[in-house]
Amino acid sequence: MTGRLVIGEDSVPRLPRHCKMRFDKARDRWVILAPERVLMPDDIAVEVLQRCKGGNVATIIDDLAAAFDAPRETIARDVLAMLQDLADKGVVEA
Amino acid sequence: MTAPEPPLALLAELTHRCPLQCPYCSNPLELVQRSGELTTDDWRRVIDQAADMGVLQIHFSGGEPTARPDLPDLVRHAADAGLYSNLITSGVLLNRDRLATLDAAGLDHVQLSIQDSETETAERIGGYKGGHRRKLEVAGLVRAAGLPLTVNAVVHRQNLDRLEAMIDLAVALDAARLEVAHVQYYGWALKNRAAFMPTLEQIERATETVDAARARLAGVLVIDYVVPDYYARRPKACMGGWGRRFLNVSPAGKVLPCHAAESLPELDFDSVLDRPLDEIWRQSAAFERFRGTAWMPEPCRSCDQREVDWGGCRCQALALTGDAGNTDPACALSPLHGQVFELARTESASAPPAFVYRRYGNA
Repeated sequence: MTGRLVIGEDSVPRLPRHCKMRFDKARDRWVILAPERVLMPDDIAVEVLQRCKGGNVATIIDDLAAAFDAPRETIARDVLAMLQDLADKGVVEA
Repeated sequence: MTAPEPPLALLAELTHRCPLQCPYCSNPLELVQRSGELTTDDWRRVIDQAADMGVLQIHFSGGEPTARPDLPDLVRHAADAGLYSNLITSGVLLNRDRLATLDAAGLDHVQLSIQDSETETAERIGGYKGGHRRKLEVAGLVRAAGLPLTVNAVVHRQNLDRLEAMIDLAVALDAARLEVAHVQYYGWALKNRAAFMPTLEQIERATETVDAARARLAGVLVIDYVVPDYYARRPKACMGGWGRRFLNVSPAGKVLPCHAAESLPELDFDSVLDRPLDEIWRQSAAFERFRGTAWMPEPCRSCDQREVDWGGCRCQALALTGDAGNTDPACALSPLHGQVFELARTESASAPPAFVYRRYGNA
């Protein structure tokens, strides 16, 4: 299948125009709002998506590895898998 | 009973006025007149109350919501309140300037309806000359403004054989999503059921067409599609369950669990003019009537799907069984399921009657 966006460490991920992430006070959690859908990202996804501010995935991984004092290799695997999943759902573009 | 979760979305039916006259319109037969519509300030208050109670998305709908000149004000008010806004429109009243104003006001998404892929049938169904061409132009303007687009195609026996062409049209219009929505039979559509009921063979072909298109268009177009009730084996969780996910405010301010709920004569619906939205959601008799599972008769009550389909559609139960509290006959476990299937078979095999167009005073 052509057209599948593949996320690598060089990718610069961002939420597309039709998706918005915001904190929902009523439910006390972060939500992603998309057409006809509300996604409830887990804590790790929130940490990653909050760091999608124009830097590439490698920068995000470095930042998370430092913030959580965790091995870069583990963080990299999790972050790439999560962003790929969100890209396949159309919630992340790069 | 524990307090219900807050709703995710508000369907704001700003008006019943509409330049189109689609005979399958989901509005009630008794349409609200302009003089009976909520004011701009009323809607601002509703939007604030909705955001406060945990509503995350607002769908501006109708009738034709762009018939209200205050739409940009309401879109901006919703954006300021943190709501994700979607405009559900026929498009025919929009132009470049109006779209730019809505975009600047913070509109997040546009859902544009089409009646067919072919101009002649599209305009016969919509009852609006020049409408189809106008819609195609407006789709281009939506995308040129950078707004994300969903195309909504209502399908039935008179256009279902062109589903492939409608899918191609959605791609050509650069939509990211396509909703293939079978006509649902209540209100005006119930009056016109025999004109719209597809054959089982059409449904089977449509399902194959959608499956093939989904595979071919992965990553290009997301297609939402569900098999229509009369030919289904299990009912749909109408609105995600009565009073669970959505609320609907009618042009006059009535708060409804779904847009067709006013067809249930046994229920009295509270108005935003009389009570706060949150209180209506949590406590009103109409929302409590079919919320959860305690109201269910057998076979629903002991069914392991009762918290999956939530008993299906109450309006359909009323229309087909005469009692809104019965099992939705879309379910194969309903004693009336066989009759409904046969009714669909019979109606779809007969020549389609003339349309009863949706307009004031035509019910």
